[in-house]
Amino acid sequence: MAGPVAIAHAVTKRFAPGGPAALDGVSIEIEPGRMTGLVGPDGAGKTTLIRLLTGLLDPDAGTVEVMGKAAAEADRAVIGYMPQRFGLYEDLSVIENLSLYADLRGLDAGERDARFRRLLDFTDLERFRTRLAGKLSGGMKQKLGLACAMVKAPALLVLDEPGVGVDPVSRRELWAMVRELAGEGIGVLWSTAYLDEAEKCDTVFLLSEGRLLHAGPPADLTGQVEGRVFRMATGAEGRRLLLARALNRDDVTDGTIQGASLRLVMKPGIAPPAPDALGAPASSQVAPAVPRFEDAFVDILGGGPPGTSALAAAYRAVPERQEPAILAERLTKRFGDFTAADDISFAIPRGQIFGLLGPNGAGKSTTFKMLCGLLTPTSGNGRVAGHDLRTARADARQSLGYMAQKFSLYGDLSVRQNLNFFSGVYGLTGRAQRQAIERVVEVFRLGDYLPVNSGSMPLGFKQRLALACAVMHQPPVLFLDEPTSGVDPIVRREFWTHINGLVEKGVTVLVTTHFMDEAEYCDRIALIYRAQQIAIGTPDALKAQAATEAGLHDLTLEDAFIALIEASDRKREAA
Amino acid sequence: MSQAFSAQRFRAMLVKETLQILRDPSTLLIAFVLPLILLFLFGYGVSLDTTRIRVGLALQDMSAPAQSLATAYERSRWFEVTGRRDVEGLKPELVAGRIRGIIVIPADFGRRLAGTGEPAAIQVITDGSLPNTAGFVAAYAEGVRASWAAGQAEERGARPQPPITLLQRFWFNPELASRFFLIPGSIAIVMTMVGTLLTALVVAREWERGTMEAIMATPIGMAEFLATKVIPYFILGLGSMTLCTLVAIFAFGVPFRGSPLALLAIATAFLMPALGQGLLISAATKNQFVASQVALLSAFLPAMLLSGFLFEIASMPKIIQAITYLVPARYVIPPLQTVFVVGDLWDLFLRNIAVMLGFGALFFLLAIRATRRRIA
Repeated sequence: MAGPVAIAHAVTKRFAPGGPAALDGVSIEIEPGRMTGLVGPDGAGKTTLIRLLTGLLDPDAGTVEVMGKAAAEADRAVIGYMPQRFGLYEDLSVIENLSLYADLRGLDAGERDARFRRLLDFTDLERFRTRLAGKLSGGMKQKLGLACAMVKAPALLVLDEPGVGVDPVSRRELWAMVRELAGEGIGVLWSTAYLDEAEKCDTVFLLSEGRLLHAGPPADLTGQVEGRVFRMATGAEGRRLLLARALNRDDVTDGTIQGASLRLVMKPGIAPPAPDALGAPASSQVAPAVPRFEDAFVDILGGGPPGTSALAAAYRAVPERQEPAILAERLTKRFGDFTAADDISFAIPRGQIFGLLGPNGAGKSTTFKMLCGLLTPTSGNGRVAGHDLRTARADARQSLGYMAQKFSLYGDLSVRQNLNFFSGVYGLTGRAQRQAIERVVEVFRLGDYLPVNSGSMPLGFKQRLALACAVMHQPPVLFLDEPTSGVDPIVRREFWTHINGLVEKGVTVLVTTHFMDEAEYCDRIALIYRAQQIAIGTPDALKAQAATEAGLHDLTLEDAFIALIEASDRKREAA
Repeated sequence: MSQAFSAQRFRAMLVKETLQILRDPSTLLIAFVLPLILLFLFGYGVSLDTTRIRVGLALQDMSAPAQSLATAYERSRWFEVTGRRDVEGLKPELVAGRIRGIIVIPADFGRRLAGTGEPAAIQVITDGSLPNTAGFVAAYAEGVRASWAAGQAEERGARPQPPITLLQRFWFNPELASRFFLIPGSIAIVMTMVGTLLTALVVAREWERGTMEAIMATPIGMAEFLATKVIPYFILGLGSMTLCTLVAIFAFGVPFRGSPLALLAIATAFLMPALGQGLLISAATKNQFVASQVALLSAFLPAMLLSGFLFEIASMPKIIQAITYLVPARYVIPPLQTVFVVGDLWDLFLRNIAVMLGFGALFFLLAIRATRRRIA
């Protein structure tokens, strides 16, 4: 076998002299024909390492070589690079983007047609040849980005978080494509926040705070939690409180909710707690579970956060009420002759988490925006906390906290100014305002960042600030649109601790997500596809439904998601 | 190392840039519609010529000469006379800005004129907050009085020939129409907009949208990259200059006494510093909003205020005059005005062109240094 296509040796990089090291003595090798994963929490140094490999940055110490030459001098035609935002020109069409990158990489005119045909075929973009890149869905942009990076067969393909904000179907397709390319002898570096992807890599490098914590096959790391992962079938009742209790124990390093069960990772050599020690029904079955890369990832980073949410502890108790907290009645939205959401109906009782899942462009965000009063439905109606969306839109908005998909705070204002502004907008003044701000600053550990412009914080802190701004006025209803997109598992666990705690106080949560392990936290889920609601039920019920329809057993929620979408496609084609 | 220059890459980038220009309505708006608006503003809206000014006349003497002088003011083509009351009644009008000056013919005007050597005086009160207008009012008021006095003397039979007569000739612009020099000057403003503002935006946009990172990871060289940014906007700048010239000649009747070749040479020379400055700004800011602000402050406003386009450099304070030497637009206004209303004066052109090319070379050098192939 040939040697590695790229080598970083003892690389150190600081952005300010004497400041913290973005990378500290990191060494990696990328072998041809293999998928190499690069994982780590936000700010771990993943993007810095990628920029060193692509010659866009110079290391302070150590060496970076691509195909035997220093990265800065290497022949760039051998490097295929897909940056985080894909590097596409939105005002150029699919074929124009592809031609541009073909010429920039010096693809011969003779090879062009065959190569374009293969890539367009491969990415299924042939139909959209003349469409402007800006008008493609997230998944299609990602595929076009890949095609542009691949247009002249590179020796090294580098992808920087290609899966952020992209649905599971598209992610799976992209993975399969890149895997196939790697099989042709390309060395692939795949940076990701999705640990299920890392798990499928041949080799994984795990970075944390600029240091390499693990290098080797993912199974080596997963092996460290072998025999320490258990599943406790507690039933849906009270599972959030049970999880909080489990996470507060010293012998539990990590825990999550999976439908009607708890998944616990124990400290080495310690048996799982008895169900009644947590207050679960004594009859709950405890069984060993197959460890996953994510379990090991959280474990090596020191375990998940404790189970009690300080935010929820200080939150008011939302009063009981008869009618559902959120009600969607046959919501439909048309833009011209395009139907973005078609006949969506559901009711969410007080104190529940409801998940909206679906591929990009399926109509989730449209449904979301109608329910928070940002879009007027073409037909149908909705109610939020008892307020009619058509007649009492302002009241409905006042009683909900909204966290938008993209960072929508004021990046040029400091954290303190954002907090002042958003608490003021929601009508908090004087003492109440000061107290609310103090509370969230403490809970989300924003103290050090108060004078910092919010746009320049790491992603995890931006998301914390966004959640803080949404909950300061203690609304009875929370709308979270992909709240954890691109955020690492540790911060995601912290978020869900808060959300679970708030729900126990009677807050009702509507959430969209592309992380299937997050969807497991939901009480119920609606699956939206091609503007229609194709399935609704508890996570376990959806898995069961998909298992019956597809004739499979023991599905993950992601399998179920894909199976239900495929079933819907079959039905539509048959019709 | 990949080759330093590749025709394939170069062509591809030019095609891409051209497509983006054609598909972005705001670019075409700035390059072709905005210039027309500016031209019409300077052609019709802004004029440095005076027309009839409203003044108040306080006639405090009822003698025949005083009445006759008042009539002279009323008939003057420079003034529109309102009211003939006492001074007190006119003051609030002046304060409110409804009139620009007060001409007072005092109660003893007739007596003094007829009498014994005591000079007959009139008083002119003007609004010092508008120094230009105040100056006009004072000068014209005196002018009207002088010609009235001459007329009076003539009637009496006396013929005091003034010792010197002044015969005025205004060369190149006999009507002193301000638009004849404003419109050629505004072409420089338009080229500043296209050259500096648009160019500042385009590279900053690549940084903002994350495409810069993808481009830098390809074999393209930075000088190549910058060249493909400059060429389309150079052509766009010449295009909007041509449009402005045609409109100036055919819609506004501005004479064009020089040669098209001279105009092309002047415009080309000026686009060098304009484009270079734009590239430098965008390479340094990497942010469209900041880039547009910097372009407005460092290129557009100096071109308006310090180039001699609106305000004569010779009448500026010395320190400001010194600063104008750093404004590239200063060197394009005289040749532009000359090529329109005077003709080809190659001596003047070449001197200015040399300075502009010098500025251009400096800006490009700085821009290349600032656009390194590194992210940090």
